[in-house]
Amino acid sequence: MIEGLEHIVAQHAFFAGLDAPFVALVCGCAKNMRFDAGTYLFREGESADWFYLLRDGRAALELRDPARGAVTLQTLAQGEVCGLSWLVPPYRWSYDARALESVRAIAIDAACLRRKSEADPRFGYEMMKRFMPPLVERLQAARLQMIDVYGAHG
Amino acid sequence: MGEGASAAAIIDETGLQALLDALRARGFSLLGPTLRDGAIVYDEIDGVADLPRGCGDEQDGGHYRVTPRGDDALFGYAVGPQSWKRFLHPPVLRLWRARREGDDMRVETDPETSEKYAFIGARSCELHAIAIQDRVLIGGEHVDPHYRARREGVFVVALNCGVAGGACFCASMNTGPKATFGYDLALTELIGDGRHEFLVEIGTEAGGGLLGALPHRGASASEIAAAQAVVEHTAATMGREMQPDVAALLARNLEHPRWDEVATRCLACTNCTMVCPTCFCTSVEDTSDLEGRESARARRWDSCFTLDFSYIHGGSVRSSAKSRYRQWMTHKLSTWHDQFGTTGCVGCGRCIVWCPVAIDITEEARAIAESEAKGGER
Amino acid sequence: MADYDPMIPRVARVRKTRREIADVATLEIDAGDFSFAPGQFDMLTVFGVGEAAISVSGDPADPSRLVHTIRAVGAVSRALVDLHVGAPIGLRGPFGRGWPMQEARGRDVIVVAGGLGLAPLRPALYRLFAERENYGRVILLYGARSPQDILYRDELEQWRGRLDAEVEATVDHARGEWRGNVGVVTGLVARAAFDARNALAMLCGPEIMMRFVADALGDRGVAPERIYLSMERNMKCAIGWCGHCQFGPVFICRDGPVFSYARLRGLLATKEL
Repeated sequence: MIEGLEHIVAQHAFFAGLDAPFVALVCGCAKNMRFDAGTYLFREGESADWFYLLRDGRAALELRDPARGAVTLQTLAQGEVCGLSWLVPPYRWSYDARALESVRAIAIDAACLRRKSEADPRFGYEMMKRFMPPLVERLQAARLQMIDVYGAHG
Repeated sequence: MGEGASAAAIIDETGLQALLDALRARGFSLLGPTLRDGAIVYDEIDGVADLPRGCGDEQDGGHYRVTPRGDDALFGYAVGPQSWKRFLHPPVLRLWRARREGDDMRVETDPETSEKYAFIGARSCELHAIAIQDRVLIGGEHVDPHYRARREGVFVVALNCGVAGGACFCASMNTGPKATFGYDLALTELIGDGRHEFLVEIGTEAGGGLLGALPHRGASASEIAAAQAVVEHTAATMGREMQPDVAALLARNLEHPRWDEVATRCLACTNCTMVCPTCFCTSVEDTSDLEGRESARARRWDSCFTLDFSYIHGGSVRSSAKSRYRQWMTHKLSTWHDQFGTTGCVGCGRCIVWCPVAIDITEEARAIAESEAKGGER
Repeated sequence: MADYDPMIPRVARVRKTRREIADVATLEIDAGDFSFAPGQFDMLTVFGVGEAAISVSGDPADPSRLVHTIRAVGAVSRALVDLHVGAPIGLRGPFGRGWPMQEARGRDVIVVAGGLGLAPLRPALYRLFAERENYGRVILLYGARSPQDILYRDELEQWRGRLDAEVEATVDHARGEWRGNVGVVTGLVARAAFDARNALAMLCGPEIMMRFVADALGDRGVAPERIYLSMERNMKCAIGWCGHCQFGPVFICRDGPVFSYARLRGLLATKEL
């Protein structure tokens, strides 16, 4: 089971090229999980204890609005990380994450990974280098969505 | 047209009048310089009497005055505000009319003008400008039939410039002051020491044939030398000078701070584009009667200095005056080469003279060149 | 003189109209046999109103049906969208250099469209699917503002059902029923499976979107020479006479509207060029 997990973590796009000792450190905080379509990976306001690396199936980040219902902010697919709020205090989810279809994911214990990152700054920096790009990408994407590129144009 | 004359002739004023008469007899409408509203303009002329005898001019940035020369010279001034562009590429031209007939829509065009023009006194820079517009409007994949109809019949009597205007810089653009192509006959006015004659060079067979029918005599070696001295003197007294390699200079300085500086002065009035002999940009305008039975489309000169020029839904691509001035100047001097294989500037200086705030295209180029020479200090 | 004058429209008739999405209509025009290359455009006149440049969006294999999809954004395009069946329409074209269909042969082809940018790409897609065996992978990535703004939805769904193509759509904003992707189209580029060394991309959409997509493709290893963009500028004549569509050294109408990113990158980086 553990070897299986190590293989899965090492094969995941997000951890591509990660040194074996680091893979082992990640695996110490990780487990396999499955979510049925329509179920939630996490909910807005909850403590960000676990986050997910998607292996299969898509998940949607949503905000609930009494008038408009669920507004989808972004969908995430295989190879992507679902949940970034665990990186920074107060470690609380800002959105709902809902499985759009059957989702398989590597679940990672956020407190565990933070602890190991503090203990080994080399490992921590490696983690930071991997979690920073999706953060920046999402910021850029949000800005592009904000200016409504398709609105004024063709 | 030919590559200039092999033999030269001399005519006097009577000969010049005979030349104009002969052209009229052959069905040409004469267009030439004449004095109107205090400026030398190109208009229909009947004969030598309509030419601006004894007129000279003062030209500088934002400054133009016709002044008396104190002699009888007929071509003793530099170019005025107009160029021949208005006759070949008219400021307004109806492209077509459409008429609804029951369920049908008929598109009709006006017949092309059958008028044949003779341009009297076209300068070398202007012949270059015509050649440049030829490349744009009839030299590519598509041919503008209106331009071609006007252009094909033109008889050109060129004039090698006897004076350089204060804003002239053709010598540094290699576009003058001596006409080297594009004419049927070329004149050099020889005046002074009691004489007033014209040296005539033949550019085409038609030109030669016409000259043969006029009272003339062969030019002596000293007369040919005198005519050469006239253009050499003109070349040596140019009011302005363009930077060498200006095309590459501008292409690598699209973000130069000088564009901001010029933008604080530029009024985006479009004068420079209207007086420029090569500016060819146009827009179209549709009109219809109230019932919608008849509609028409007209083409008019347009200018890259207007906001509307670069409008795409949502806004104008060039919303700042800076970007519009940059577009105009880089187009003239740089991107024209990419588009048409030649410069778009002939050094006539009109844009300098007729700019209400005296923006000087040569000064702008020099400012950028000098800042580069100082090691890119900006 | 019976000179050909490229500025004079021929009179054609609207044969069919179809409302696509809000403010967008497709006109099928009876213009006899009308051959065009994918990516070319026409100048369409509503008599008495004016003329606008509109990409051909129909099937290049069927010259009997000339199809344009138009969004009402100004007086002329509004009048075009509102034309009825049987109405006369002025037609000049086709103009411009279209998509590099020949160069695409033997390569993985990635088509990335944004908003109404799918319209100028549709002829290329018809060609890709009609001659499917001539190309490697065919990938269509489409971004729209919202699910309600997705153009040609029926066809997208049909193409999505093909086993020999990858078709992904994403929207910027969605709520409720939408079960598809939400996010920018660049995200789809990052996930698509293709051989970057042997890929060719065709992009059409808002300029900002195309810049980001071109860079995302570049990040994946696609050479800028093989990334093609269809550009939009003000066009009045379509043949390089009116000067309006200049973009630095190029005329969009005469030299484009399709250009390689290698050619455009520096120009796109200059503000207000």
